[in-house]
Amino acid sequence: MRVSVKEWTAKGDPWVWLNAGAVAISLVMVLGLLSLIAVRGLSHFWPHSIMEADYVGDDGKVSLMIGEVVESEEVPAEQLRHSGVDVPEGAEFLNRLLIKTGNRDVLGFDFRWILEKKIRDRRQPGDLMAIERREWGNFYGYLEDVKESGEVVASGPQAWDEFQQRIERTLDLHDQIYDIEKHQIGSVNYTLERLRLKERRLELNGKKTPQAMADIEAERAEEDQIYQSLQQQLSELYTQINRDSITARAMNGNVIDIPLAKVVRAFQPNNMDLFEKIGFYFVKVWEFISDDPREANTEGGIFPAIYGTVLMVIIMSVIVTPLGVVAAVYLREYAHQGAMTRIIRIAVNNLAGVPSIVYGVFGLGFFIYFIGSNIDQALYPEALPSPTFGTPGLMWASITLAILTLPVVIVATEEGLARIPRSMREGSLALGATKAETLWRVVIPMASPAMMTGVILAIARAAGEVAPLMLVGVVKLAPSLPLDGNYPYLHLDQKFMHLGFHIYDVGFQSPNVEAARPLVYATALLLVAVIALLNLSAVAIRNRLREKYKALEM
Amino acid sequence: MNDSMTQTTAHQETKSRTHGIDISAIERSAEDISIEQETIALQVNNLKLYYGEKEALHGIDMQIPQKRVTAFIGPSGCGKSTLLRCFNRMNDLVDGCRIDGRILLEDQNIYEKGVDVAELRRRVGMVFQKPNPFPKSIYENVAYGLRIQGINKKRVIDETVEWALKSAALWDEVKDRLNESALGLSGGQQQRLVIARTVAVKPEVLLLDEPASALDPLSTLKIEELIHELKDEYTIVIVTHNMQQAARVSDYTAFMYMGDLIEFGSTNQLFTNPVSKQTEDYITGRYG
Repeated sequence: MRVSVKEWTAKGDPWVWLNAGAVAISLVMVLGLLSLIAVRGLSHFWPHSIMEADYVGDDGKVSLMIGEVVESEEVPAEQLRHSGVDVPEGAEFLNRLLIKTGNRDVLGFDFRWILEKKIRDRRQPGDLMAIERREWGNFYGYLEDVKESGEVVASGPQAWDEFQQRIERTLDLHDQIYDIEKHQIGSVNYTLERLRLKERRLELNGKKTPQAMADIEAERAEEDQIYQSLQQQLSELYTQINRDSITARAMNGNVIDIPLAKVVRAFQPNNMDLFEKIGFYFVKVWEFISDDPREANTEGGIFPAIYGTVLMVIIMSVIVTPLGVVAAVYLREYAHQGAMTRIIRIAVNNLAGVPSIVYGVFGLGFFIYFIGSNIDQALYPEALPSPTFGTPGLMWASITLAILTLPVVIVATEEGLARIPRSMREGSLALGATKAETLWRVVIPMASPAMMTGVILAIARAAGEVAPLMLVGVVKLAPSLPLDGNYPYLHLDQKFMHLGFHIYDVGFQSPNVEAARPLVYATALLLVAVIALLNLSAVAIRNRLREKYKALEM
Repeated sequence: MNDSMTQTTAHQETKSRTHGIDISAIERSAEDISIEQETIALQVNNLKLYYGEKEALHGIDMQIPQKRVTAFIGPSGCGKSTLLRCFNRMNDLVDGCRIDGRILLEDQNIYEKGVDVAELRRRVGMVFQKPNPFPKSIYENVAYGLRIQGINKKRVIDETVEWALKSAALWDEVKDRLNESALGLSGGQQQRLVIARTVAVKPEVLLLDEPASALDPLSTLKIEELIHELKDEYTIVIVTHNMQQAARVSDYTAFMYMGDLIEFGSTNQLFTNPVSKQTEDYITGRYG
């Protein structure tokens, strides 16, 4: 059956195809993006097998090469010739491998590009091990001896099991040390700082009486006492943790001593079966989500960044929701609908289009330098000259993002209010309710799903925003979480870490580019997941509200 | 008929061909009711209403008798709903709406400055054309007006809700599901719920703005029965398109046309022996 072009167009088929095509392209792009960051990010945690091979140097000398093959690419031979590499005639393309050799302390670098043809006899010996360390990155090599206080206690085949047991002991000790250093001593320091500020405040107010000073001194002495005993515990723990060490042979034949205190975990990927690898994988993923970063953010986890992102978004929502709703209610319900309200509406809509960095500059100039420093003068004079709120921090970041997302909430709420049927308001008014009562009891509950839509959009925008945060409170590494066990628990003046900024920092500011690259993807994936989770919970709340007030079809 | 009624009709000279209504004609009608013997609930004096520049009501004078059903009939756009909405100042909500003249509720001009509009609306309740229950439970819908008044004692609210639902002949149908959403009720039930909600705040006057026009015949019948029962307790003013309905439920009927009150009298008289030619044309279906 033949269909003429005219008929075909008249039936609207081209439009259907066009629309379907546009949807398909969008979907493919989104899925492509997600799968790219998922594959690149998630494969980072897999225990890749370690290769051992003979490397033939330019001078013909054969040496040992140990490491993970991270990447391989084809390079035009011409390009290599130009950079002075000796390439045989006739070859057009050569394969080049990126090997993660680890052992930065021994070799001076931990990633290396080599031409594939220069290595021979690739193998994967089972007893080749990888050690994750707290400094200097991974170690790859063979275990020689396990030592206790310098004496060899196991060597050869038994050494591995002995090593694993001792790692567990050391990790246990390490946790104890971490707890004392981070939490207990942290808390002592916090109290001491507060005592110092208290003393300073008394001095400023001219109330520095001997009585008050004696009180402070007594408290200080108490804290010092605690500190001393903690120090003692610590030094004992340190002696214990430094007891064990191992010796291991690296690829250049050097045998080095590695104290167990510096070991996070050791594993032999070539010996692991699939299930062990899967188990290992999830341990690593969990570490990434739940642990603090190590080694300039290129190792360990990103828990503080997740925590900071979520907390900042929650505080932002708490600020922006009431502000936006109140503004929208006034604009829609109370303000005289005239030229002025129209101008305000246009202004609000345009605010949504202002580049976010501008908000960052505004936040820094107005909130931090003006309001913050005035708050410091008025409320925290004892801490001066070091600023409390006169410096970037969690509160200012949240408020800046709240201003940034305010238009979204206002517009969404206004639309929600406009959609409430007139009959609902009249019904309430006809029962003797005042306008305020009608608003509060009927209109606002019914408009709440629309408000939640605004909040969802605000969250989506705020959680992904990085540029303004760099000016108003985000840091590369925050020493403590903004919400912790020290009074007053929520530290709005503290700086915090943020996933978006973390991506930027790891990707562009890291000293170890190759090590950082997979983390960029993994962090990006996590950021997407966190935003999706925040959004989904807001959507769930909205759907519950919708179910409750589904009168709009009337 | 009393003076003000005569004036009203006299005011219509240009439109009405009948001058000088023969009052005795009404009093001779079959049922022996007359506005002169009634207590007056609402007194309207020379009420003019403007939407912006346009005058929508041209000086209405009328009296609404207490504890009777008064029906407003007339073609669409004649101003009957507008007039009804003047009685509880619902027109205040319309932008650019302005009113001249007086409406007296118990000798108090409701358009005077300083009148508590919320209190007025509690005393003069209103039921709208489309059922408009709030998206709350049946119980909370009826309790709404009480809660607005600050009544929070559960016992008082329980009793009032039951009483109001019984007054609106809805209790038996919903007593087992008071906590379910009111939006699950049928249209007729919703309208009776709205009446119960209005009755619950114990108003003096009930304004019904085409309360059955969105309902099926059976629900309409129930609403009409309800109106019949409620008139012992409340002054009822009903706007309706349906002349049979007006004839069935009301004691007094007002015919309005183009913003004027053409004729007002006992329902019996108005339908059997209309004074004005326009009224006659309308009720016999010649226009409207």
